[in-house]
Amino acid sequence: MSMFVFTEEQQLLRKAVREFVEAEIAPHAKRWDEENHCPIELFPELGRLGMIGTFVPECYGGVGMGYIERVICLEELARHSAGLAITIMAHQLCMGGILLFGSEEQKQKYLPDMATGKKVGALSLTEAIGGSNFMGQQSTGMQQDGKWLLNGRKCFITNAHLADVDLWTVVTGKNARGRSVLTAFLMDKDTQGRMPGRAEHKLGMRSSNTGDISCVNVELDESHILEKEGSGAKIALSTIQEVGRAGMSAICLGILRGCLEESLEFSKERMIYGKPLHKLINIQFSLAENRLDYESARLLTYRAAGMKDAGEPCAGEFALAKYAATEGAIRAAKRTIDLMGGYGVINEYPVGRFLRDALTGSTAGGTSDVLKVVIAAESLK
Amino acid sequence: MELKIAVCIKSVPDPAYYDKITIDAKTKCLTRKGVPSIIGKGDKVALEQALKLKEKYGGKVTVIGMAPPEARFEMKETLAMGADEALLLSDRLFAGADTLATAYTLAQGLKKMGSFDLVLTGTESADGATAQVPAQLGECLSMAHLWNVKQFSLLSDNEIQATVGLEHAVAEYIVCLPAVLGIARDAGKPRYITASGIKAANCKTCKVMGNAELQAEENRLGETGSPTWPGDITIPSMKRQGRVLEGSPDVIVEALTAALRVAGINIQRKAV
Ligand SMILES: Cc1cc2nc3c(=O)[nH]c(=O)nc-3n(C[C@H](O)[C@H](O)[C@H](O)COP(=O)(O)OP(=O)(O)OC[C@H]3O[C@@H](n4cnc5c(N)ncnc54)[C@H](O)[C@@H]3O)c2cc1C
Ligand SMILES: Cc1cc2nc3c(=O)[nH]c(=O)nc-3n(C[C@H](O)[C@H](O)[C@H](O)COP(=O)(O)OP(=O)(O)OC[C@H]3O[C@@H](n4cnc5c(N)ncnc54)[C@H](O)[C@@H]3O)c2cc1C
Repeated sequence: MSMFVFTEEQQLLRKAVREFVEAEIAPHAKRWDEENHCPIELFPELGRLGMIGTFVPECYGGVGMGYIERVICLEELARHSAGLAITIMAHQLCMGGILLFGSEEQKQKYLPDMATGKKVGALSLTEAIGGSNFMGQQSTGMQQDGKWLLNGRKCFITNAHLADVDLWTVVTGKNARGRSVLTAFLMDKDTQGRMPGRAEHKLGMRSSNTGDISCVNVELDESHILEKEGSGAKIALSTIQEVGRAGMSAICLGILRGCLEESLEFSKERMIYGKPLHKLINIQFSLAENRLDYESARLLTYRAAGMKDAGEPCAGEFALAKYAATEGAIRAAKRTIDLMGGYGVINEYPVGRFLRDALTGSTAGGTSDVLKVVIAAESLK
Repeated sequence: MELKIAVCIKSVPDPAYYDKITIDAKTKCLTRKGVPSIIGKGDKVALEQALKLKEKYGGKVTVIGMAPPEARFEMKETLAMGADEALLLSDRLFAGADTLATAYTLAQGLKKMGSFDLVLTGTESADGATAQVPAQLGECLSMAHLWNVKQFSLLSDNEIQATVGLEHAVAEYIVCLPAVLGIARDAGKPRYITASGIKAANCKTCKVMGNAELQAEENRLGETGSPTWPGDITIPSMKRQGRVLEGSPDVIVEALTAALRVAGINIQRKAV
C-alpha cells in the first residue's frame, strides 16, 4: 500500500475475504455469541483460505503476504464476528513469536501446521498480579538436572482450552539491578503438568475462548526455549506491541465498520414523523461521528501496518491505532444503540453485541490507560 | 488427456447497488457511475466447472470478457480463483453491442487465443439476461451448443454427456466436442478465492486487447454491428384501485376469492 491507497492485490483480498465472511460467518455469528461457542472447527478452512497464515512466509506454510493484508483479513472477519477474529489474532500472536524469534527447527516444527489452521496457538503472558504489570509476573522456570521446571498460573489467555501450542514467559532469574529476567518457552498441549483451568464467562467476544492455564512442575528441555534464556521480555513485548496491538486495532476496525453500516441502514429504513430517521440533524451528527471514528482508526491502523511491512519501528503507531480503534468502537457502538432508540437494545440487531465485544476487546493487548502512557512516552522522547 | 477450456465472464453491476443505476432517457443506456462491477454468480459457476474439469483431466482454463478496461479487476479475480490466463476485449468500438455483436466479438477473441475443446458461459447474464449469447457464440464458432446445462461429464476424448434443464423436464444430450455449454446457475457452488490464489494471479497474464489487435470486422462490432435497438423506455403504472368488500366474513372471503380467480390467480378450495 502506498500511503492511503490499497494495491489491486489488497483490494482483491478484501473482496474475497468479505465474500467468504458474509456467506459463512455472518449467518452464524449471533448464535456463536449466544451459545458461547468458539468455532474452532473452521480453522482448517480459514487456514486453507489464507486468513490465518497471511503474513507467514510461504516456506513455513503461510501465504507470504504482509501485515496490511493481515489487518484486512481481521477487519473483515471482525465486521461480523469479533470473537472469531480474536481467536485467530491470539493464535497469530503465538505464530508471530515463533516467526520472529524461533530457531529454524522450531519454525519448521510448528509454523506449517499453525499457518494452515491445523494446530491452534496461544500466547500466555498475563498473570493474576496484573497484566499491565508484565515485569512483575511470578511464574518461574528453574533449572534442575539439566531440565527446566516451570511453575505458575496464567489468566485471561485466549485459546486456553483450545491451544495445541502454548508460548509462556516465566521468571528465570534476576539481573544485577534486581529486576526479573524472563525466558519464553514453547510447550505442546499434552505436556505433563500443563493444565487449562477455568474458562471465563465473558461480557463480549463470547465466540472466543478465554481462561486460565497452570503449569505444575512442567519439565522442558532447552529445545523448548524461544531464542535464548533471558529473551522473554523482548519476545513478549515486541509480539504484543507489533502483532497484538495491530490485531486488536484491526478487530475494532471491523466493529467500527459494523456500527457505521448498521447505523446507515437503520436510519434509512426507520421512518419517523413520516420521514427516514436520517432527516433529523442529530442523527446526521451521529452518522458523521461514526464515520469519523471509523476513518481515523482506519488510517492509523493501516499506516502502522504499512510501517511494519516496511520494517520501520511502529510500536508507538500501533499504540495510537489501538487506542483510536478500541475507544472509537466503544463510542460508536453506544452511539449506534442510542441512534436506534429501543431497537438498539433488541438482540435481533447486532449492535448490542458490537458494544459488548468492543468493551471486552479494549483490555486485551494493553488497556487504554497503558496505551496513553506509551503514547506520551513516545511523544516525550 | 488435456482439455482446453474457455470461460466467458461478464462484468456486471453489483446488485447491492441496483438502486443507484439509472437509465439515460436519451441514449437508453444504463448510467453506472459509482456502481461497482462484479462477476455474475452464474459466470462464476461456469468457471468453477471449468476448474473442476482441469483438476480432473489437466489442461488449461482461459477466461474471456468484453467490457471496459476497469474490468481488468474482475479478470484478475478469475485468475485468483484458478484460471490460467485472461483476455479482456476492450475498445470504444465494442461499446453498445447487442447480443449478436457481443457473441461475434467474443468469438473473434476466442479464435485469437487458439482452439478450445469446450467454451463455457453462464446461462444468462446477471444484468441483460437475454440468454442469447451462448447459442449465438456456438453459431459464430460453428460449435454445438447447449443451454441451461445442469451437469455434464466427458464420455471420451471428443464426446460429452450433458443434462439440460427444461421447464418441466430434463433432457439428456450426447454432444461432440468442441462445444459451447451455457452452464446453469445452480450447477454448483463456486469456490472461494484464497489468499495464495491472489498471489499466484500476479504471475499470470491478463491481456487487454482492442480492435487494432483483434482485427475484427468493424461493421460487426458495437453499436454499428447491433441490429437490436432499444425502443421506448416507460415505467409501467403501478396505480391500483381499492375496493371495499362488505358483508359477513364468509361473504367477503367468497367475493375475494372470486375476484382473485377473475384476476387469474388460481385459488383452490382445500378440503377441511
Ligand atoms: C478478551 C481478552 C483476551 C485476552 N487474551 C490474552 C492472551 O491471549 N494472552 C495474555 O497474555 N493476556 C490476554 N489478556 C489479558 C490482557 O492482556 C490483560 O487483561 C491486560 O493486559 C490488562 O491486565 P489486567 O486485566 O490484569 O488489568 P490491570 O493490569 O490490573 O489493570 C487494572 C487497571 O489499572 C490500570 N493500570 C494498570 N497499570 C497502569 C499503568 N502503569 N498506568 C496507568 N494505568 C494502569 C489499567 O488501565 C486498568 O484500568 C486478555 C484479556 C481479555 C479481556
Ligand atoms: C437491461 C438490459 C437489457 C438488454 N436487453 C437486450 C436485448 O433485448 N437484446 C439484445 O440484443 N441486447 C440486450 N442488452 C444488451 C446485452 O446485455 C449485451 O449486449 C450483452 O453484451 C450480452 O447480452 P446478455 O447480457 O443478455 O447476455 P446473456 O446471453 O444473458 O449471457 C449469457 C452468458 O454469456 C456470456 N456473456 C455475455 N456477455 C458477455 C460479455 N460481454 N463478455 C463475456 N461474456 C459474456 C456470459 O457467460 C453470460 O453468462 C441488454 C442489456 C441490458 C443491461
